[in-house]
Amino acid sequence: MEFLSPKNLNEALKFKSEHPDFTVLAGGTDACTLINSGILKSKGLINIYGIKEIAEIKENGDFLEIGALATLTQIIENRLVSKFLPVLAMACKTIGARQIQNRGTIGGNVMNASPAGDALPVFLAYETKMELLSAKGSRLVLFEKFYAGYRKTAAEADELAAKFIIKKCDDKERFAFMKVGTRRAQSISKVCACFRQSSSYKIAYGSVAPTPIRCYVTEKFLNGCKTDAFAADEAVRLVRQEVSPMDDIRSTANYRRHVAGVLLKRFLESV
Amino acid sequence: MKRRIKLNNGIINADADPIRRLIDVLRYDLQVTGTKDGCGEGACGACSIILNGECVNSCIILFGQIEDGDEILTVEGLLKDGKLSRLQESFVKNGAVHCGACIPGMLLSATALLNKNLKPTDEEIKDSISGNLCRCTGYGKIIKAIRECI
Ligand SMILES: Cc1cc2nc3c(=O)[nH]c(=O)nc-3n(C[C@H](O)[C@H](O)[C@H](O)COP(=O)(O)OP(=O)(O)OC[C@H]3O[C@@H](n4cnc5c(N)ncnc54)[C@H](O)[C@@H]3O)c2cc1C
Ligand code: FES
Ligand code: FES
Repeated sequence: MEFLSPKNLNEALKFKSEHPDFTVLAGGTDACTLINSGILKSKGLINIYGIKEIAEIKENGDFLEIGALATLTQIIENRLVSKFLPVLAMACKTIGARQIQNRGTIGGNVMNASPAGDALPVFLAYETKMELLSAKGSRLVLFEKFYAGYRKTAAEADELAAKFIIKKCDDKERFAFMKVGTRRAQSISKVCACFRQSSSYKIAYGSVAPTPIRCYVTEKFLNGCKTDAFAADEAVRLVRQEVSPMDDIRSTANYRRHVAGVLLKRFLESV
Repeated sequence: MKRRIKLNNGIINADADPIRRLIDVLRYDLQVTGTKDGCGEGACGACSIILNGECVNSCIILFGQIEDGDEILTVEGLLKDGKLSRLQESFVKNGAVHCGACIPGMLLSATALLNKNLKPTDEEIKDSISGNLCRCTGYGKIIKAIRECI
């Protein structure tokens, strides 16, 4: 297996365009388990970990820009994130344990494209734009359009994830990240969710469909009524229809559907 | 691939296939065997090392991801002038070591915590070792050993 170590972003993009079939390595917390066990058979690897140009977290007017190579720990400890998007730090804090957070990157969580990726419902609920880069140039995609199906993304083979652009949350908004797994650390979500209430409701889930999803029907219902206990029960009923979970090694479809409703109910009762 | 790195208290040259796991380079090529190989998939923490100040799992890092000048601390590096560190002494005193398989990883996770946080709460101690599984001592004594070191 060939191993390429680009020294900077331009070189990384050049390598990726010359070898679109090579696997990109960021933190490697996901890719290395697959390489070591022989599941991932790639002709070569392109190690982009540590390329500074796409590892920064910065403010840009009303937006926060998070480089794809920012590690989960950097996000958890970042001052701008804790001020303008604390819910993302909450989600990252539930990923793996310390060692994984120290090494794993946010871009890896997204590009891994697991429906259970814990940061993904946050990006969905915050209507994130994602920048993809190739030797040919840059383009922006709506996060909502990024997952085309189970583990399928809109990224081309010669593209790298570069950054995530997210509107800062406003002072008055309520939000929550919730995750249900077998234990607190090192467990992949059976269900995870990000909920927001600002001018309108935003409801996003992971692990309850082939891709992370927004629940527009339930949102529309909640936006159009006064949220009392009766409306909350109706929203729970609607959201259980809107998700499409399945049975797998971690949980069952029935359990996931039930829990999706319970989490929403907890959020509605808290706002 | 050749790399010049700081390993514990010395500078060394390592030469290995870039797709070799870092833990194998440490244990087999460099014969520094304190770091243990447990699950091999990032979940148990037995292979924890401190790389440039951060605790990471050496079973899911490839040698090719190591740069010249990187600093690696393994359990061997906790000894100073042949003496156990305070944290190690505290593990011994509290009977926090049973079979020992998880202990090098536990020590490094706790060392990384104490390097950054001089007064961790119990919650922070638990959080710092939540990626380190122990199947025989039990966590009570390990947490006590770390707490007594504050
Ligand atoms: C023990 C353990 C526990 C875990 N727990 C959780 C958990 O609780 N929740 C969770 O969501 N995940 C979990 N994970 C999965 C993983 O750690 C995270 O998804 C992490 O964020 C991946 O980041 P990485 O940088 O290590 O990705 P890598 O492993 O380096 O890459 C993952 C994939 O993304 C691609 N890629 C990475 N960066 C880019 C980029 N910039 N451009 C293009 N492609 C790219 C790679 O080619 C690869 O296919 C766990 C993993 C382990 C081993
Ligand atoms: S051996 Fe590396 S985490 Fe288990
Ligand atoms: S001492 Fe045996 S596994 Fe922890």
